[in-house]
Amino acid sequence: MLSINNLRASVEDKEILKGLTLDVPAGEVHAIMGPNGAGKSTLSYVLSGRGGYEVTDGSATLNGEDLLALEPDERAAKGVFLSFQYPLEIPGVPALTFLRTALNAQRKARGEDEIAAPAFLKLVREKAAELKIDFDMLKRSLNVGFSGGEKKRMEILQMAILQPKLLILDETDSGLDIDALRIVSEGVNAMRAPDRAMLVITHYQRLLDHIKPDRVHVLSAGRIVASGGPELALQLEAEGYDKYASAA
Amino acid sequence: MVAVKQTVEHVESLEAYKHGFITDIDQEFAPKGLNADIVRFISAKKDEPEWMLQWRLEAFERWLAMEEPTWAKVNFPRIDYQDAYYYAAPKAKDGPMSLDEVDPELLATYAKLGIPLKEQEVLAGVQGAPKYAVDAVFDSVSVVTTFKKELAAVGVIFCSMSEAIREHPELVKKYLGSVVPTSDNYFACLNSAVFSDGSFVYVPPGVRCPMELSTYFRINAAESGQFERTLIIVDKGAYVSYLEGCTAPMRDENQLHAAVVELVALEDAEIKYSTVQNWYPGDPKTGKGGIYNFVTKRADCRGDRSKVSWTQVETGSAVTWKYPSCVLRGNDSSGEFYSIAVTNGFQQADTGTKMIHLGANTKSRIISKGISAGKSSNTYRGLVSAHPKAKGARNFTQCDSLLIGKDCAAHTVPYVEARNGQSVFEHEATTTRLSDDQLFYVMQRGLNQEEAVALLVNGFVKDVLQQLPMEFAVEAQKLVAISLEGSVG
Repeated sequence: MLSINNLRASVEDKEILKGLTLDVPAGEVHAIMGPNGAGKSTLSYVLSGRGGYEVTDGSATLNGEDLLALEPDERAAKGVFLSFQYPLEIPGVPALTFLRTALNAQRKARGEDEIAAPAFLKLVREKAAELKIDFDMLKRSLNVGFSGGEKKRMEILQMAILQPKLLILDETDSGLDIDALRIVSEGVNAMRAPDRAMLVITHYQRLLDHIKPDRVHVLSAGRIVASGGPELALQLEAEGYDKYASAA
Repeated sequence: MVAVKQTVEHVESLEAYKHGFITDIDQEFAPKGLNADIVRFISAKKDEPEWMLQWRLEAFERWLAMEEPTWAKVNFPRIDYQDAYYYAAPKAKDGPMSLDEVDPELLATYAKLGIPLKEQEVLAGVQGAPKYAVDAVFDSVSVVTTFKKELAAVGVIFCSMSEAIREHPELVKKYLGSVVPTSDNYFACLNSAVFSDGSFVYVPPGVRCPMELSTYFRINAAESGQFERTLIIVDKGAYVSYLEGCTAPMRDENQLHAAVVELVALEDAEIKYSTVQNWYPGDPKTGKGGIYNFVTKRADCRGDRSKVSWTQVETGSAVTWKYPSCVLRGNDSSGEFYSIAVTNGFQQADTGTKMIHLGANTKSRIISKGISAGKSSNTYRGLVSAHPKAKGARNFTQCDSLLIGKDCAAHTVPYVEARNGQSVFEHEATTTRLSDDQLFYVMQRGLNQEEAVALLVNGFVKDVLQQLPMEFAVEAQKLVAISLEGSVG
């Protein structure tokens, strides 16, 4: 589903991704682990199309379609969703308005009709309840004054409403206490589907206790240096990243 | 951002200012330049009584002795007051006209601007849509005022200023210049000498005006200035909501718009005054042309418990210089000022308000949202003062500035003068930049660049948009988005 081949990308002329190759088949969850500075966040930004990242070589396709030539909003409409490590605050825009605007923008880009208000509200109520989000909170400005856990739950709610094809979770566990981590993980697990791929980017093993990956990859100095099953994550937790840092 | 650059290029290819067309119509002008004879000419054209002419001539004498002020944070070449027409009017027969007599070319102009002048068209709108009456001012004259009969039935007078001077001299004599004296400032004094038309409103005691009143100002003629004068008097316990809109053609030379608006609120009266100002802002790439919008707007909360609320959405003009103010004279009177000022391209705005607390327990509230983009400069300048007698005066001020891009500027200049020990004044101010992070976040969820900017900016100005009458809030929201097209980069 997601196919990345020999991807090279730079920020301000400094090469961060140095020939990264990775395949995530539909229905699978892959974890990307690695030390700080390995290029984990860069990978998520390059896939989602953030400005300031220059792709110098290689390719990234979703279901055979070239992602790299598209604007961020076009990628979103194709089903790319990035759950941010630090979700942004949007003053003056109620979360509910934001959700509906985003959903309709994506539907429009795909040539679909806008969702009717009653259907939308029903959908939001249902998904918010699953994530234990108080509906009244959705009338407040998105993420303004929300706690770290609330912000992450809002990310998962957006995901549940937008129903993306490719989920990229960037350090989703950062800033979460154990209860919030459980709720967020349940939300992510509920998104597992045969036609959906997930890329879970994390520094620590603990998130993977809750979101079980099919494959684990070690990213170091801009390349995948090792791949394995879930046991690789446990091994990394015990031994650290040192051996991969020198191998890179 | 690559995306940003492309959007900028895309938007530059669009025609940003949608009201820049010129109406080709036979017009009558006063000779170019300004002297006592021109003042007499204007007064004669309007068939004014002698007292009005004397009032104008006195103002003109005073104006000759005054100096153009320079304290605002705006720069523009010196204005040559002799190089402009002070009177321009579509050729037509004298006196007030019915709609059937109005030049079809003019009607087409207003239709193009989306202003309903035919009452039946307003009535034929969506069921339940609120009606609003329009006074349409084209260059120096009012061409038509709608719904006059329906308003007269409840005692509300809504007509052009010229007509008010002829038909209601007692009200005009009593109130004209009583809020903004002729010698108040350079531009108000100039206006007093040469004002041509504008709107007049009187709402009798206890009457709640049954519809929105509005005036639509259009500058059309080249090398002319527009000097309108608006006077609104709301008697005891009465209420009115009033809206003004403004547009002008795209021209390479600058044009002066120096208006005076006076509001009088008697005991328990309430006035809501909203402005959507969209004068031609000049060429966004070169800064050439555009309107100088030097306006004096002031409300006198003369009666106890009276209330005045100013709401303004300022998106146009090359240079804006205006401070809609409230003199809180009556005890327990209150004033509000809600403002959105958007500058893009080479626009300069120096705008804000004055809340002068004179009576006891007077309250005021100021919410100002400034958005600067391009190479523009946006200044909030405000004064909150309390007289020794204004015991228990309260003010709350919130000034927020949003910067888009790297070449614009935002300034906040608040003046606070409390001359008694029992007043409470609060001031909050923030300055933020529209960040690439926020833009990317919103675009990652599926909004394109322009939609993303519009969403973020609308969130920023939401508190003020909520103050506008519903149907105009929607227009204003679009207008703000259009004004900022291509601003990111």
